[in-house]
Amino acid sequence: MVIKLVTIVVGMFGFGFALVPLYDVFCEITGINGKTDNTAAVYESVIVDDSRTVTVEFLTRTHTGMPWKFEAQTQRIEVHPGELNTVEFYVRNPASRPIIGQAIPSVSPGTAALYLNKTECFCFNHQPLQAGEEALMPMQFYVDPQLPEDISFFTVQYTLFDVTANATETEKIAMTQR
Amino acid sequence: MSTATDTANEDLQHDHHDDHHAHHAPSGITRWLFTTNHKDIGTLYLWFAFIMFLIGGAMAMVIRAELFQPGLQIVDPNFFNQMTTVHGLIMVFGAVMPAFTGLANWLVPMMIGAPDMALPRMNNWSFWILPFAFLILIGSLFLPGGGPNFGWTFYAPLSTTYSNDSTALFVFSVHIMGISSIMGAINVIVTIFNMRAPGMTWMKMPLFVWTWLITAFLLIAVMPVLAGAVTMVLTDKFFGTSFFDAAGGGDPVLFQHIFWFFGHPEVYIMILPAFGIISHIIPTFSRKKLFGYASMVYATASIALLSFIVWAHHMFTTGMPVGAELFFMFATMLISVPTGVKVFNWVATMWRGSMTFEVPMLFALAFIILFTIGGFSGLMLAITPVDFQYHDTYFVVAHFHYVLVTGAIFSIMAAVYYWLPKWTGKMFDVTLAKWHFWCSLISVNLLFFPMHFVGLAGMPRRIPDYSLQFADFNKWISIGGFAFGLSQLIFLAVLIKASRKQGEPVDDRVWEGAEGLEWEIPSPAPYHTFDTPPVVK
Ligand code: HEM
Ligand SMILES: [Cu+2]
Repeated sequence: MVIKLVTIVVGMFGFGFALVPLYDVFCEITGINGKTDNTAAVYESVIVDDSRTVTVEFLTRTHTGMPWKFEAQTQRIEVHPGELNTVEFYVRNPASRPIIGQAIPSVSPGTAALYLNKTECFCFNHQPLQAGEEALMPMQFYVDPQLPEDISFFTVQYTLFDVTANATETEKIAMTQR
Repeated sequence: MSTATDTANEDLQHDHHDDHHAHHAPSGITRWLFTTNHKDIGTLYLWFAFIMFLIGGAMAMVIRAELFQPGLQIVDPNFFNQMTTVHGLIMVFGAVMPAFTGLANWLVPMMIGAPDMALPRMNNWSFWILPFAFLILIGSLFLPGGGPNFGWTFYAPLSTTYSNDSTALFVFSVHIMGISSIMGAINVIVTIFNMRAPGMTWMKMPLFVWTWLITAFLLIAVMPVLAGAVTMVLTDKFFGTSFFDAAGGGDPVLFQHIFWFFGHPEVYIMILPAFGIISHIIPTFSRKKLFGYASMVYATASIALLSFIVWAHHMFTTGMPVGAELFFMFATMLISVPTGVKVFNWVATMWRGSMTFEVPMLFALAFIILFTIGGFSGLMLAITPVDFQYHDTYFVVAHFHYVLVTGAIFSIMAAVYYWLPKWTGKMFDVTLAKWHFWCSLISVNLLFFPMHFVGLAGMPRRIPDYSLQFADFNKWISIGGFAFGLSQLIFLAVLIKASRKQGEPVDDRVWEGAEGLEWEIPSPAPYHTFDTPPVVK
């Protein structure tokens, strides 16, 4: 009996940790917390639906402690579902040291996240910038024509984090060599 | 439920009693350090809980002193935050939970006719690690930089990115508290499954035993999840993981899901044993059998099951999709159905009973009324759209203090007054106890009722300063707070007198209408009871 009960305890401790991947999988399937796919989508034989237009708005912010300037070049764009579009984001590192940034997207309303397909995005990778360096980061996407009828407007917000502390060895070497 | 111990049995018991004298020969501190006796351990738990109640209460006095007037007067905001945090942690894990465990230790074996708890050595351990947990927690307040200041709910990133290094101590102390209550829960379950007297079938078990059994299952199900949550906070803060850090692919909202998956069942851990206690006291002083025994058992079980699917009612404002908001709203409201069943059963038990109003009954009646007020404010908070306004205001503070102070803590006081004469063999000082009751009742309402109003008017919780329009109410709340704090010193006086065995001797049954095995053994309850199991008819 005691052993059985201890097994429950150990199992529930494990369950607490299992909630982490479960949460991610759940959110990925249902798209309810606005997380987008972290891998590139393939744009292939997608039919453009000219009869609908969807407004997509881009917001940017930097997390506390991240000194970069970060702006969407296109703040609002009207697209037809299925049509491939590219937007660009401007970044500049005003600090006197190299910094690695990582952008995390969040879509609102959350369900739209499932229908935002990115074929290319700066948010897929760490973005290093030397001191004073600036860059334009592209993001290429299309809206899945299956997007529910009631969504005609959604917002994509990127939050830029300073992840220099978590950089891999190769990234560190690359940064000092440039 | 009629039970009997025949005279032969009682004789046997007395013989045994003498045999065992060698056992409690160690006196002084070693008696308490090494004891494996359920009554000793129960007493230790109860005194520990009471001391924690006074320490946590002193912290509440600091909070109320600061909030007596608008502006910053007495403590700096960071220390204020440490006070709200540690007050909450101490009251939940140091006062309410150990007090219930203490009552379980004293009462469960006596109620089911067992000689002791099933795992006495583990019982000793589960108590003695507790003081260390709280030494660590309270000690961390004196370190440079101070103790935890992120609220008892330790939301990430407050507890990760923005916390100070003493967070490690906080995490370890929560681990120890968790281990302690898990061991306590395992002990209760094994005792109830294996050590019931012959004839004590499941549906004859006293309700305190039933509610504790279900509570114990809740404990072993969710305390490990809490341990997991604090461990993730620890590794996020010190070892570079990103469970709750969006930059590394984690999500701070995930923290809230994990915490409340523990947190909501936790609030039922703190109220189910109270339901058990009240279900003993109301029938005794109404001199009637409890109305709807079976429905009480089923209501308890369904509350426990439902408590696992309502956690996100604490998270309505985190941006969940409408479907989820509605699900958690309706599931939460569903819980009030079995809770209502209980309240109706208590009222039906009193209906046409020959009621008397001894001190335990006074506390039990106050419990029913005031806990129900807390249930109603809970229902208001469960309505998603209005929670957007009420969330994180004093209305929430009012809600959970009605269910916890006038609910859980009043039930513990009722239980202590009800069973104390059985434990000491002497009637406590009734006059003092009545003073304790009336002073507590009046001051507790002065303390918590106006919190509803300031909350509805928009005063946020966990702040050391507030805008001027809340000044009058806060002054009264603070006065109520000091009065409630002082009233507990009367309780201390009653308990000291009782522990010195002052007072009129009582007979075995103590209260005229009391039913159950614990009332059939002598008063004071001998050190060893039921060495030979009684026969339950
Ligand atoms: C009728 C039953 C109940 C309902 C419908 C209910 C509902 C709620 C809701 C919706 C909240 C979240 C409010 C917010 O943060 O905006 C809440 C908070 C809380 N409830 Fe209840 N509740 C009930 C009973 C209880 C009981 C029995 C207890 C404990 C004995 C309890 C303890 C708490 C605590 C401690 C909090 C605040 C947690 C925090 O944020 O620090 N509730 N309740
Ligand atoms: Cu809850």
